[in-house]
Amino acid sequence: MDLIKRLAKSIREYKKDSILAPIYVSIEVILEVLIPLLMATLIDDGIDVGNMHHIVKIGLILAVSCVFSLAFGVLSGRSAAKASAGFAKNLRRDTFYRVQNYSFSNIDKFSTASIVTRLTTDITNLQNAYQMIIRIAVRGPMMLIFSFAAAIFVNGKLSTIFLVLIPVLALGLYLIMSNAHPIFGRVFKTYDRLNNVVQENLRGMRVVKAFVREDYETKKFTDVSDSIYKDFSKAERLLAFNAPLMQSCMYACILLISWIGARLIVGGSMTTGELMSFITYGMQILMSLMNLSMIFVMVVISRASAERVAELLDEESDIQNGENPIEDVKDGSIVFENVNFGYKRNICLHDVNLSITSGETVGIIGGTGSAKSTLVQLIPRLYDVSEGSVKVGGVDVRDYDLTVLRDSVAMVLQKNELFSGTIKENLRWGNAEASDAEIERVCKLAQADEFVQKMPDKYDTYIEQGGSNVSGGQKQRLCIARALLKKPRILILDDSTSAVDTKTDALIQRAFAEEIPDTTKIIIAQRISSVEHADKIIVMDNGRVDAVGTHETLLDSNEIYKEVYASQVKGVSTNA
Amino acid sequence: MRNAPPPRHMPRMPGQKMDWKAAKRLLSYITKHYKLRFALVLLCILLSTLAGVAGSLFLQVLIDDYITPLLGNANPQFAGLLRAIGWMAMIYAVGVLSAWMQNRIMVTIAQGVLRDIRNEMFAHMQALPIRYFDTHTHGDTMSRYTNDADALRQMLAQSLPQVFSSAITIVTVFLSMCFTSLPLTALVLVTVSLVLVVTKKVAGNSGKFFAKQQKALGDVNGFIEEMIQGQKVVKVFCHEPEAKAEFDRRNEALCENATKANSFVNILGPINNNLGHLQYVIIAIAGGALAVFTKSISLGKIATFLQLSKSFNMPINQISQQMNSVVMALAGAQRIFELMDEAPEADEGYVTLVNAKEENGVLTESEERTGLWAWKHPHADGTVTYTKLSGDVRFYDVDFGYVPEKTVLHNVTLYAEPGQKVAFVGATGAGKTTITNLINRFYDIADGKVRYDNININKIKKSDLRRSLGIVLQDTNLFTGTVMENIRYGKLDATEEEVYAAARLAGADGFIRHLPQGYDTMLSGDGSGLSQGQRQLLAIARAAVANPPVMILDEATSSIDTRTEAIVQRGMDSLMHGRTVFVIAHRLSTVQNSDVIMVLENGRIIERGTHKALIAEKGKYYQLYTGAFELE
Repeated sequence: MDLIKRLAKSIREYKKDSILAPIYVSIEVILEVLIPLLMATLIDDGIDVGNMHHIVKIGLILAVSCVFSLAFGVLSGRSAAKASAGFAKNLRRDTFYRVQNYSFSNIDKFSTASIVTRLTTDITNLQNAYQMIIRIAVRGPMMLIFSFAAAIFVNGKLSTIFLVLIPVLALGLYLIMSNAHPIFGRVFKTYDRLNNVVQENLRGMRVVKAFVREDYETKKFTDVSDSIYKDFSKAERLLAFNAPLMQSCMYACILLISWIGARLIVGGSMTTGELMSFITYGMQILMSLMNLSMIFVMVVISRASAERVAELLDEESDIQNGENPIEDVKDGSIVFENVNFGYKRNICLHDVNLSITSGETVGIIGGTGSAKSTLVQLIPRLYDVSEGSVKVGGVDVRDYDLTVLRDSVAMVLQKNELFSGTIKENLRWGNAEASDAEIERVCKLAQADEFVQKMPDKYDTYIEQGGSNVSGGQKQRLCIARALLKKPRILILDDSTSAVDTKTDALIQRAFAEEIPDTTKIIIAQRISSVEHADKIIVMDNGRVDAVGTHETLLDSNEIYKEVYASQVKGVSTNA
Repeated sequence: MRNAPPPRHMPRMPGQKMDWKAAKRLLSYITKHYKLRFALVLLCILLSTLAGVAGSLFLQVLIDDYITPLLGNANPQFAGLLRAIGWMAMIYAVGVLSAWMQNRIMVTIAQGVLRDIRNEMFAHMQALPIRYFDTHTHGDTMSRYTNDADALRQMLAQSLPQVFSSAITIVTVFLSMCFTSLPLTALVLVTVSLVLVVTKKVAGNSGKFFAKQQKALGDVNGFIEEMIQGQKVVKVFCHEPEAKAEFDRRNEALCENATKANSFVNILGPINNNLGHLQYVIIAIAGGALAVFTKSISLGKIATFLQLSKSFNMPINQISQQMNSVVMALAGAQRIFELMDEAPEADEGYVTLVNAKEENGVLTESEERTGLWAWKHPHADGTVTYTKLSGDVRFYDVDFGYVPEKTVLHNVTLYAEPGQKVAFVGATGAGKTTITNLINRFYDIADGKVRYDNININKIKKSDLRRSLGIVLQDTNLFTGTVMENIRYGKLDATEEEVYAAARLAGADGFIRHLPQGYDTMLSGDGSGLSQGQRQLLAIARAAVANPPVMILDEATSSIDTRTEAIVQRGMDSLMHGRTVFVIAHRLSTVQNSDVIMVLENGRIIERGTHKALIAEKGKYYQLYTGAFELE
């Protein structure tokens, strides 16, 4: 119920259509139910007694009610379409907005693929379910009630047949569905496994072939495929009872009506026309029951989608502005005080104490998994510390307005992303109002201007999704330029020049030193050459600061630094 | 290879042509294993349909024979009616039973055929050459397993039986109508064609808007995908307001198109329904007129005819609806057959890899694992020679291009002797990976010769050739399963001890033991949760457990920090002592200690020698090393 309430919040301006659609449907149903009644008098008082005048009169009334029923049918169809498409639009919007407010740790919790699926497939499922609920799911019960009422009106005694048949059919359908449903649930899970095998094989085909594991993979696939066959057949064999059950009830209904009806007619308490309309009502009642059971299944299936979407909506961003946030970052100094940090329960930064003055260039070196990236991500408050505090410009980062803080701390992530659009558009992410001259200036700083000028459309060159039409080194330099446009107080490069050659790397470093001397620069690198001229080098090891010093002092005193240096500069190792 | 986006497939639009060839081939799958059962299904459909039609006709008998004659009778006899109802009940029972049998058997046929097709498709896919996977997007291939197979399932399980039963219904009902009243039948034909014209028009409109909706949906989904992929960048740049605004614009367009498309679909039902009612009324009036003015038709006949006309409309609508999904399913079937018709990887090799033992300097084949391998080379004259597997690889004047028009390797000659470490250096696209693709015959050379242990590489059976080579690629692909299973992939019967040893050698043991369940930790979704570096370490362990005489490392340590890399390298060096190693690396520090370094440029080897020699040469390698050139 909470789930429905949660999602229903997205109906908003489409409430009117959501209410109108079932009303229109109900009117359509009432008119449809009237038609057999009119038909009965057409037959009895018209055809049977040969009264042509009556035939035409009732015929016209019938035609008019058909047209009205059609009109309301069309209206309901349109309202339902409008309401469901609108609901989906709002829901998609609410969810997307929610995700935009996520912090890094929220994003880490869901995989990218799963967020995308929820925003696309799941919401489309919900749209279909919603449309069904406000239209078809209203039509079924309405039809059931009104047809039953009409049947009683025509002949109360005969209607008792339905009182026997409806529970039989309902129970039968319930038994079939409740048995088949869990099996279907299992089948869908197995399908996921099957698709997973195919996907992994497509991606890893080189590995499969290189290890000559074709037969092994085929067996893996066939096993899953066979279990789908078994489960699916089992579930569908249950569903195979559906149509015969329905038919049995329908046929029983016809035979009973015929037997009892014939006696009533002969006895004079019923007419032939009434018999005909009664049979029609019988069909309508049973049909609507059948439809209802199908809708029930569909809605149950869409429940999973609803839960997945609600999960995104309910996720609270764990990083929010404090009260009375500070709107100004004084300078680029950074202080770490007794910082501990862990993703979930795994502590990965231990007791970090650092102090960086504004304008300094700081290099960070350390092995895979030494928590270098984690350390710098605390500065623009992409994550919050578990213990201790991080201060920028002398103020705890948690006291700043988030936008102000992040605009002052520019970060080039390890996993760089460019977006589809021109180079200029991509760069303006840093500053929407940047002039062309300004863009060129930062590109020169990042050593990107030269290759951009060589491109066919220069700064208007279109970047494909994910930046697939520029090389890794070019992408990195564009990302640096984009960050520079923000004119930040602190610039963080997280392994952002790994694909740039050492000479260009050195040029970038020099440009930084000359052009933005007041900006604090933090550079994470694998290459010693990228950091050796820094004012300060931090050596990270297993989530701890192993040493802080200059290139010379570290080379003298730090084992790790020495080893890294040796592995890169000395080159030839002893056991060639 | 860039990972393909998840499969997203536009549903096919109405208006496509029926693919008879695919239909025939699909039928052959049914008749292959299920011939008798399929015939039985057809019989059952016929029986259950006839039972339904008999029900409509029964109304006339009921009214004209058992009700009208008895009207006004003071002492009516119902024995005849009871008998008739008894007969009808029996006919109905047959109908219900047939319907049940038909449904049940069809389940087995549909699911069975699907399984057969699915398994055949996958087995065939495994036999396809790498070229196929390099030239087709994963999403495209994937959708054959998901969308196309699903369309096929729906058609086999639902559309096919329904089309049959609808067709039979139409014929029998039509005949019964003609039999009941010819003039009224003519009238029905007119009204039915009118209804068809109207529905076709509406359906055509809905198709048009559906295409638009699909496009808008693709647009929104594409945007969502890009933004969520880059969500961290969005956050770092405080770009959320812009992302939201752009999203709203696209979302609004989608909503508009979806409303229109769904409106048309939604009104199709009421139109069909009410035009059906209208037709019913017209027939009633016409029938009444006939009865009143000509007395040529009985009340029972009119009642029956009305009932029949209702059961005439329904199957026509059903067929026109089902035809759409049949056409779609056949198009899907065609795509599946297309995959099955792709030529599998050709393999004319006959030299095989066998366990060998050496006695008095003579190699002989051995049943058990000896650790010593030999190439078994049968000759035309019936003799068999054995050559020791040592990992000697030579290229002579090799030319190659992925497409014939564009040669990417020119005149490549190289030799790697057992025990040598050979490195390739060069810019992206210079042809480094291409050379390794040729060694394991993922692709075949256009010109020249490749010899492996002095055997023409084309004569070696591909599976045996690949078994003798260990490969670690830059994009590490792991499979769903435990860490243990993933390493064991290199050697399926490896003992736990062997797996531990391989992991230690690859420098992976340490981090594995820190995982929540150690070696039994489940990896899912291509090893997400592990860092790129950790995944590379696992891939190295996987190759190490296979213990191959030749190893190819294609950017295998690119995401590992230099210190760990040095440790891994020491391990690998000791494992590969006396064996051949090919190394491709972007980081020059990785290749410095190689026996020979080849610098590639535009598909040619432009320099070769040791690190020292190449530095002394002051050529391209020197420039790269000193940072004057960028590799990418």
